[in-house]
Amino acid sequence: MSGTSATIEKRLDHLQHHFIDSDQQFESAKLGMWIFLATEILFFGGLFAAYIVYRSWYPELYIQASTELNTFWGAINTGVLIGSSLTVAMAIRSAQLNQIKGLIYNLYITIALAFVFMVIKYFEYTHKFHLGIYPGEYYTFEGIAHEKANIFFSIYYMMTGVHGLHVLIGIGLMIWLVFKAKKGAFHSGYYTPVEITGLYWHLVDIIWIFLFPLLYLID
Amino acid sequence: MNSLSDFMLPPAKSTLAGQTDALFNFINVTSLIFLIGITFAIIYFSWKYRRRSENDVTPVITHNNKLEITWSVIPLILVIIVFGWGFTGYMNKATPPNDSYEIRVVGKSWLWEFHYPNGYVSVGELHVPEDRPVKLVMSSTDVIHSFYIPDFRVKKDVLPNRYTSLWFEATDPGESVVFCTEYCGNAHSNMMATTIVHTQEDFQSWLETAGSADENLTPVELGEQLTTRNACTTCHSVDGSVLQGPSFQGLFGSEAPLESGETVSVDENYIRESILEPQAKIHEGFQPVMPSYAGTLDDNQINAIIEYIKTLD
Amino acid sequence: MATTEETPTRKIQVKRFKPEEYPEKHYLNQEKGLWAWLTTVDHKKIGLMYLMSVAFFFLVGGVLALLLRTELLTPARNFMTADVYNQVFTLHGAIMIFFFLIPSVPAALGNFVLPLQLGAKDVAFPRLNLASFYIYVIGALFTITAIFTGGIDTGWTFYTPYSSTTGGSVAMMTLGVFILGFSSILTGLNFIVTIHKLRSPGITWNKLPLNLWGLYATSLIQILATPVLAITLLLLTMERVLSIGIFDPALGGDPVLYQHFFWFYSHPAVYIMIVPGFGIVSEIISTFSKKVIFGYWAIALSSLAIAFIGFLVWGHHMFTAGQSSLANMVFSFLTFLVGIPTGIKIFNWLATMYKGSIDLKTPMVYILVFLFLFTIGGFTGIMLGALSVDVHLHDTYYVVAHFHYVMMGGMVMAFLGGLHYWWPKMFGKMYSEFWGKIAAGIIFVGFNMTFLPQFIMGSQGMPRRYYNYIDQFQAFHQFSTIGAYIMGVGFVIIAAYLLHSLLRGEKASSNPWGSRALEWQTSSPPDLHNFKHTPVIINGPYDYHKPMSEFQLGIATPHNGHGHHEEEGMDVAETEKEKA
Repeated sequence: MSGTSATIEKRLDHLQHHFIDSDQQFESAKLGMWIFLATEILFFGGLFAAYIVYRSWYPELYIQASTELNTFWGAINTGVLIGSSLTVAMAIRSAQLNQIKGLIYNLYITIALAFVFMVIKYFEYTHKFHLGIYPGEYYTFEGIAHEKANIFFSIYYMMTGVHGLHVLIGIGLMIWLVFKAKKGAFHSGYYTPVEITGLYWHLVDIIWIFLFPLLYLID
Repeated sequence: MNSLSDFMLPPAKSTLAGQTDALFNFINVTSLIFLIGITFAIIYFSWKYRRRSENDVTPVITHNNKLEITWSVIPLILVIIVFGWGFTGYMNKATPPNDSYEIRVVGKSWLWEFHYPNGYVSVGELHVPEDRPVKLVMSSTDVIHSFYIPDFRVKKDVLPNRYTSLWFEATDPGESVVFCTEYCGNAHSNMMATTIVHTQEDFQSWLETAGSADENLTPVELGEQLTTRNACTTCHSVDGSVLQGPSFQGLFGSEAPLESGETVSVDENYIRESILEPQAKIHEGFQPVMPSYAGTLDDNQINAIIEYIKTLD
Repeated sequence: MATTEETPTRKIQVKRFKPEEYPEKHYLNQEKGLWAWLTTVDHKKIGLMYLMSVAFFFLVGGVLALLLRTELLTPARNFMTADVYNQVFTLHGAIMIFFFLIPSVPAALGNFVLPLQLGAKDVAFPRLNLASFYIYVIGALFTITAIFTGGIDTGWTFYTPYSSTTGGSVAMMTLGVFILGFSSILTGLNFIVTIHKLRSPGITWNKLPLNLWGLYATSLIQILATPVLAITLLLLTMERVLSIGIFDPALGGDPVLYQHFFWFYSHPAVYIMIVPGFGIVSEIISTFSKKVIFGYWAIALSSLAIAFIGFLVWGHHMFTAGQSSLANMVFSFLTFLVGIPTGIKIFNWLATMYKGSIDLKTPMVYILVFLFLFTIGGFTGIMLGALSVDVHLHDTYYVVAHFHYVMMGGMVMAFLGGLHYWWPKMFGKMYSEFWGKIAAGIIFVGFNMTFLPQFIMGSQGMPRRYYNYIDQFQAFHQFSTIGAYIMGVGFVIIAAYLLHSLLRGEKASSNPWGSRALEWQTSSPPDLHNFKHTPVIINGPYDYHKPMSEFQLGIATPHNGHGHHEEEGMDVAETEKEKA
């Protein structure tokens, strides 16, 4: 990006005082985001560890309980998130090419897909609550003959709940990006927030790609 | 060195103690030698190489491979020795002999209950024979406790959802203290018991008479004994002072305010219920922490305790 | 990092910049007013705000400790009930660990020193840095709320099922620590990026001050271990709020799983607390011995080695918890491996003193105290790592004494050493050398009186977290309590002369210790942007055999340069193409 061509006007109002140039600032932000993603993976890693431990203790429980999860809507959601990852990548591409309109449209589509994901999740949750499948102590469902069934759903709610929270944070970030983009803050010389939000969004997507088979697709 | 170890360690009263103590002493002595060396070096260097002028010139010594390898390898060898020694000692502690005498231990907040093979249950007193391996199979009814006899050098956590076990072979008749070492709430530090080591014959005769010794007592005397033996007095004082539970003094016949806002008159039925189902009616101002004595105390014993509480006014 | 053979050696023009002595304008007075402080993004001011906060929490934790020791003067009740006692020891542990030890060196001293040692104007993300501070404050507020809305009596380890069933505001407290974790993560993230990306020209990895290697290793642990604590505490909070049952056996969960989760963070956290201390020790020993550090790479890499192995030893907190013998064997073995790099450090420091020119100023005195006390802490750690002995000593006062020797004898002494060492740089004032040494002596005596008897008590079987105890331990407890009071006096003296220094202290020159490290090549206190030039580094920070003039090189930048220094230009070959 440092190749200053004549067509691109170099704007430096985004450059913070303690960096030497745009490149250094961009690379720092990117490295910071990667490190943050590492912490996110370890954060979810704790939940995956709980999942693995209980699955190795009660393999039959996981097989029984996963039938209560709706594979169809889970698959739809997986598709929705993968699609949103694509649009966020396209948003970054638009920013690189200085196509601010394209950037904004792609962000809108991503936000919409994220909302679709949350709405489907909402219907999945309410359906379970209706059956009496609550986490832990409040679990009253009698359809699964296993004394630890409540724990499977505790883990399910924790994993999907924390993931859902990340989706919501992602929506918030992208709305903020839209505002900034409309004010003309981004251009091909500076689109760091778009890039690192995109990285974050890919992580949210990848975690779901692990959650879906682990929770829904157990045979 | 023996006097140092006598000063630092409690008396060694089980077959497992010797090995543990030997390693303890080995590490102490080795550490002390290193510590003296390091301390000497610190003091000597500080004095010998003290700054004489602001223009002191110091040599450039950036590293010394031989020296560095030496001070990496020697400690490595030492810790491997310590590791191996500690691990073999641990394996001895972890594998009870097959012919062990087995006693069930139940930890409750805040007492230790011991169930013997003949069905007798003692609280707060663990009776064991000398020169015979004893295996304790332990569990908890509430939170995590940890069973620790310093004189025997054994300790094991006592968990609510599984059994854990430890074993020892006592070498001397006498008494040793049992501590709970996993923090378990307000009376954690009172959750003690006594290990009483009998000679083998004494142990047999104790076991035979244990249940019947109470028959010669009046109900009040028996009740008094039972309240100490079952660790009631860990939480319920008999002199009016407030511990974890309401005091027994002046309790009988009083009107007790409950957490639910109601009041209940303290009669035989309330006390009986409180012993068997402690969480049913909680006295105002106290936590619902008392363990149930169902299965520990029989009707006769409960009657004796009620008779005893009646006398405390 | 990226050294390729083809990189041409570029010549750059540098000048010698002698730091301005007793500057009129510096970071403390360039922006005025409380609001400017509270919204500052300057790493130095944020460091000072952390310093005030950790000092406050150290005071609170210390007073709680004295209350505990006073209660333990006699076996029976003195002035607290068991419930109050349990809450007090819980708070003492939680406050000292989460609010003092973890942020003390990284967030307080580290924030101040790290960009200075790199020759950077600030950390990579100054606003994030300020956010970390406020996250820390919010976490602290949650904790304080928890104290006043029922308190907590679980011990700082929050073991289930006790923590999921006891009364009080456990959820509020765990939420507070959860929030605090993010402060720690973001600080670690900031430091790693800063060290990678913002080094001045010439600071290659082998010229990085060892303090920064220490902070780098610490930051790695912070970003990798803290999220696991966060999820653990989130699960525990949910256990309290929604009874999800993952850890509570009454609902089908497993309490030992909680211990694994907890110690997976909390053991590495021990290294978050001590590794930055190692960094400070290296700086101070070299400076006050006026000698090249011995075994630079050994010290730097051993910090990373400790950080790495530290992730694999969490199980040694659970030797008696009913893990399999195989797990115990592995964890015990790995635990001993931590001892090797730690030992290497001690020997390297001693070797640095050898044939040095040792000046026993207060910071150096603290570091010598550190060496002695930390060595004891280390050896008793070996004792606890030995399986059969640990069965006897686990959860007794021996463990209490061991970690106080490591944490207080190690980290707090290093912190005090670092505080005195950088004090002139922070405030431009000197403290009283006389009172400094007196206080160090008093703390040394008091510390050993407090904790040596605890080794003996523990060996004899005195369990920890006991409100009452059997009579045979009383003499030891009383001795320990007296020691604690003496230590308290030492800290009061420190507070007094440091306050005096702030108000009336003699002015400090830019480099009172004659150090070669970069932070001493700028004014005391530094300019708001640290350096009035871009520093250029050709020597290592411990090259005491080279003249000072070679350490004061820099490029006058158009951005903030002041080109009125005497011309001593020279050409420096920039062998590595360092962007930063």
